[in-house]
Amino acid sequence: MSEPRRTALDALHRALGATMTDFAGWDMPLRYASERDEHTAVRTRAGLFDLSHMGEITVTGPAAGEALDHALVGHISALAVGRARYTMICAPDGGILDDLIVYRLGDEEYMVVANASNAQVVLDAVTERAAGFDAAVRDDRDAYALLAVQGPNSPAILKSVTDADLDGLKYYAGLPGTVAGVPALIARTGYTGEDGFELFVAPADAEKLWQALTEAGADAGLVPCGLSCRDTLRLEAGMPLYGHELTTALTPFDAGLGRVVKFDKPGDFVGREALTAAAAKAEATPPRKLVGLVAEGRRVPRAGYPVVAGGEVVGEVTSGAPSPTLGKPIAMAYVDAAHAAPGSLGVGVDIRGTHEPYEVVALPFYKRQR
Amino acid sequence: MSNPQQLRYSKEHEWVSAADADGVSSVGITEHAANALGDVVYVQLPAVGDTVAAGETCGELESTKSVSDLYAPVSGEVTEVNEDVVNDPSLVNSAAFEGGWLFKVKISEEPGDLLSADEYTAFTGS
Repeated sequence: MSEPRRTALDALHRALGATMTDFAGWDMPLRYASERDEHTAVRTRAGLFDLSHMGEITVTGPAAGEALDHALVGHISALAVGRARYTMICAPDGGILDDLIVYRLGDEEYMVVANASNAQVVLDAVTERAAGFDAAVRDDRDAYALLAVQGPNSPAILKSVTDADLDGLKYYAGLPGTVAGVPALIARTGYTGEDGFELFVAPADAEKLWQALTEAGADAGLVPCGLSCRDTLRLEAGMPLYGHELTTALTPFDAGLGRVVKFDKPGDFVGREALTAAAAKAEATPPRKLVGLVAEGRRVPRAGYPVVAGGEVVGEVTSGAPSPTLGKPIAMAYVDAAHAAPGSLGVGVDIRGTHEPYEVVALPFYKRQR
Repeated sequence: MSNPQQLRYSKEHEWVSAADADGVSSVGITEHAANALGDVVYVQLPAVGDTVAAGETCGELESTKSVSDLYAPVSGEVTEVNEDVVNDPSLVNSAAFEGGWLFKVKISEEPGDLLSADEYTAFTGS
């Protein structure tokens, strides 16, 4: 194992007393103080995250959009400039290699943002798949630091340090601008279930931006937030996490996200044949379904725990945590179709040998008021 | 953080108080352990009357990210459990050495390898 990589904000995290954790080869803040307090801050006020471990890949050229249409499952070339899309990249057999957000930055420029754990796989696959197109693929992982401001107070906080038109910036849109004197790509995206922004900046500018946002947010209740609360926030919001709800063993249809696959886009794309079959199979014989589980007791389900009904194993937990918002343990799990309907009776989780009762619910667990 | 001098410590990060006149000691987890766990959300403790054995699991602690076994640092009979901490597990984080105690035990036998505060501080490197 090589030394974990450190973000441009590493010294700052340590000065703040963060508990650090190895995440996909990066030394990242897990929490600064109480992860439950950080979670609540994002739900009710605002939180500031360092997400510089995410992997940016830039694709440019006259056929950049066509190259991405071929490499990914979405209809990327149909994106308007300034808009973003949630999509996936699949193996030829239809298995999910990663879930991604793609931003169209210009007529001939796209930025693909991959999970840290998969960034190299995505870079290699996109590079290989784009080879026949008039497009260039650039590894921009070291070109960006990524800060996120999330929570209901995040628009007001950001407005105080930028002249950019945030009111005109829709969810899943991005525009270049200046924040606290720092050139940034400002995106209205996130992984918390709250309104918020992600700011892609040069690593050299990251500390200045972090400090400016900390000052701007002080009166609005903004606190630094680590990956621990990011995980409980996304879980409450029913958002999948690669390596848990999404793996190479699953197709987007298995994950209930078949809508990201655009069969009607022009040209061929990697995985089309396998995904066509996967779509038909999901229609004919419903696979295990991704559902929400809410505990009646207080013991917490963890990834890998069996879901049981009538003494039989009928599924598996993929993510679980005590939910700060619901005040109960929650989980996402793949469950046999026969037991997957909300309200299904007699479903439990085998928590280290004891079957604890759980309620099957529709995802998400939490939806913000708009 | 500082580990109270009057307590003794196990390498599994439990503390044991000096026995009172009835030979009963309190048991908890250390501040070092509580910080490593993060916010504790659920504790499962042995029942009053249970016999616990030094080095063996006697309960569990759930935090946001993980579940950890609770090991008995000494052998003996459980005489009391801390209902306050069952109702409010965050006491383990906020007062690990005081209000966050977990159970009381009448010690029948204690292992010879419990650490002093200074030894435990050196053991955890903090």
